[in-house]
Amino acid sequence: MSTETAETTTTAPTAVLRADGLKVATTGGKEILHGVSFALTPGKIMALVGESGSGKTTAGLACLGHFRTGLQHTGGSILLSDSTDLLELSDAGRRALRGGSVSYVPQDPALSLNPAMRIGEQILEVLRVHGYGSTEAERRERLAGVLTDVGLPADADYQRRWPHQLSGGQQQRVGIAMAFACRPEVMVLDEPTTGLDVTTQALVLQTIHQLAAKHDVAGLYITHDLAVVAEVASDVAVMLEGDVVEAGSVKEVLYSPQHRYTRKLLNSVPDLAGRRRIGDVSAITGEHTVVDPDAGTQAASEPSTGTQPTGRRAAVSDRAPEPAAATQPATNDDGALLSVSDLRLAYGDNQVLDGIDLALAEGESMMLLGESGSGKTTLARCIAGLNDAYQGSVALSGNTLERGTRQRSADERHRIQYVFQSPFSSLNPRRTIAESVEVPLQMSGKLNAKQRRAKVQEALDQVRLGATYLDRRPGQLSGGERQRAAIARALVNAPSVLVCDEVTSALDVSVQASIIDLLRTLQVDTGMAMLFVTHNIALARHISQRLAVLQKGRIVDLGPTGDVLENPQHSYTRELLTNVPSL
Amino acid sequence: MMSMILRRLAISLVILLVVSMLVFVATLLLPGDPAQAILGQQATPERLAALREQMDLNDPVWQRYLTWLGGLFVGDFGVSAASGGSVGELLGERIAASLVLMGAAALISVPAGVVVGTYSAIRRGKAGDHAATGISLVLAALPEFVIGIALVTVFSTTVFSILPSVTMAPPGENVWDYPAQLILPVLTLVLVVMPYIIRMMRATMIEVLDSGHVEMARLKGVPERQVILRHALPHAVAPVAQVVAIQLAWLAGGIVVVEFLFRYPGVGQALVDAVTNRDVQVVQALSMLIAVLYIVVNLLADVVGILTNPKLRTEGAR
Repeated sequence: MSTETAETTTTAPTAVLRADGLKVATTGGKEILHGVSFALTPGKIMALVGESGSGKTTAGLACLGHFRTGLQHTGGSILLSDSTDLLELSDAGRRALRGGSVSYVPQDPALSLNPAMRIGEQILEVLRVHGYGSTEAERRERLAGVLTDVGLPADADYQRRWPHQLSGGQQQRVGIAMAFACRPEVMVLDEPTTGLDVTTQALVLQTIHQLAAKHDVAGLYITHDLAVVAEVASDVAVMLEGDVVEAGSVKEVLYSPQHRYTRKLLNSVPDLAGRRRIGDVSAITGEHTVVDPDAGTQAASEPSTGTQPTGRRAAVSDRAPEPAAATQPATNDDGALLSVSDLRLAYGDNQVLDGIDLALAEGESMMLLGESGSGKTTLARCIAGLNDAYQGSVALSGNTLERGTRQRSADERHRIQYVFQSPFSSLNPRRTIAESVEVPLQMSGKLNAKQRRAKVQEALDQVRLGATYLDRRPGQLSGGERQRAAIARALVNAPSVLVCDEVTSALDVSVQASIIDLLRTLQVDTGMAMLFVTHNIALARHISQRLAVLQKGRIVDLGPTGDVLENPQHSYTRELLTNVPSL
Repeated sequence: MMSMILRRLAISLVILLVVSMLVFVATLLLPGDPAQAILGQQATPERLAALREQMDLNDPVWQRYLTWLGGLFVGDFGVSAASGGSVGELLGERIAASLVLMGAAALISVPAGVVVGTYSAIRRGKAGDHAATGISLVLAALPEFVIGIALVTVFSTTVFSILPSVTMAPPGENVWDYPAQLILPVLTLVLVVMPYIIRMMRATMIEVLDSGHVEMARLKGVPERQVILRHALPHAVAPVAQVVAIQLAWLAGGIVVVEFLFRYPGVGQALVDAVTNRDVQVVQALSMLIAVLYIVVNLLADVVGILTNPKLRTEGAR
């Protein structure tokens, strides 16, 4: 399992925490970790990379001697620098270590901070439990110090805030302060930036990096984002289904990966420059423009490569010589398939959308980029008619649409389809996939049962789910498969506009790659227009011809993807671009 | 926060007003004539007419309603048709007796329910949990009179003849001067109310114990006792407070059966008597009283919910 490099680090005398052949199984007997080994050294951050379900969080929590309900330790050891086995300790012994010399930063700070305790009190609690300092005054001083360390205000007012009064990034920094308060030797960080915006993520990563280097803390950074690994870690271990399949320094693993799985992971990471292909479809670089709706049939199934134009690529770039067609529809409503003009929406004093003008040409893919709270999902929902509280107008093929879905005609509803963020909650768990996908067809009431079944099968084929999926229920599908089923449901009525709301943000990178690949292929095949709503700017070149940047309910930058990325007009776009982690 | 509570209070008053209208209309619809009920079948038409005049029965309905409502505000509940005495005086002692019964039952069952429910949640799946959930399910399934009769059989008949089965306070003395007589009625009420509190407490506690911040508290090295008391319990209290409120409000009605069973001189007995005697004024007063109780305990539950949730607390202040 562990490669040469892992062996050398484990035998190095400097290791403060060493996992040795760690085995964890469910109480039912299914093994989750099959003997995982790694070593953490002071001042260095090791990244533990893998997909959801690979056992990385289980391994991270084992470092604190904690196993979630239903899991149990079946073999191996966690050795500390004085070669005591953490897993052999009594409950009281483990408690003394937890939060003291080994601390934990959770994935979702909003769930992990006690909502009924002031943040200062929560940090003080960990200091008190571990007897940090001899007096309360000393602990208060440490509290102020550690808040400053993570870049938060340390005044008494701030300490008296409740968790819900902080932003996500601030909450996460409180989490880090709490983990760092007792000056631990080891910090386990479980995807601490997954829920954060790029700008906040950059800040948090910087904080972690500084703390580790300045105070000689050993870090275990659990993540699925390889770009973040390159940014923050010095060593990396790649996990696959409960095994470490590759380990070594970041340079070795990321730039000359040995294991097939590592290479696959690396290939899935979207990059801003669009140099790499994620999945089978090449990224959209400068010369690509609008998909030609008529060229759909031409799109061959042969995979294209990044450098040589093949069938599909040719189809994509067919209209490249007429740049006007690609860039002009934005300003000119006449030719636009979907046009949004002066759309406004406010909840009380909170102006969520502040005069949005947007146009989508036939066969065009546009990315709507924005951080959480920018109003991007609200805009998408207004377009689809799911939110009818807006002012302004949404027009499809020149006809202004009614505000809510209930007032829109069946045909209008068919033409705009929506794919939701979380495939885990957007499919009815009690219905089979075929039943779920069939719903839009039943609503249109045009086809009989047999014809509907055939259509459903066709749609599932389109999203590369075979006939075997027809009668399964969502619970039996992986996240990626569920999202494919959700896409099939949107496709079944052959929409003109597909609105994709953060469709990949709940998925692993490798699954994200395959979904992006699928969406691009579908777009080429069917010639539909697509509005791709996301917070992940790195996907821009992989999915969209045009890019709109949304900030606080206004579009601050809009243009062909390449232009916006290379020559951003607004300071906000520039800030986003500098904060994107890259390999 | 204050404004939020005041708003709830205002809504409660409106609800009470609506209830008073419903109660008044409902008693109007009751068959029979109050004057006839008081004077009996043999009354002469002249005397009936005189009494109607005296009781304002000839006034328009809205005027009678307003007079009655005005009386409620100053504590004048009218005159009992059956005894001819003031309703307030008639009920005063009985209300006190019933409140003692309910208060004792609440003081025992709420803490006990919370403790047992928490214990059950912590020992989830173990023998203690199975015993607690099993017994509480059986008790929840039994009607209160069955529990009462069973207790009487066990504790005051042939098995253990140690507790009195009926309440017999000499007139003029208070029921609480004889605590031994209170044990069985209180115990019956406790056993009826507690199962729901236990089950709700267990369910919310299990949910809270699985939450991220409890796991985080454990990963901070906080001792288990402190994890339960500081990190878990406060979050389980609000939903349980709602159940407690519903249970206490139920007590106000459920007490009728239990009081009847133990011949306890409380409002339940009074209500049963009043309905038998067509004593409209007493029925009205008691209905209003029970409505007030419902509203007060639910208001208290809302306040507990607000107090344990800083988000609600601070939003009100903004």
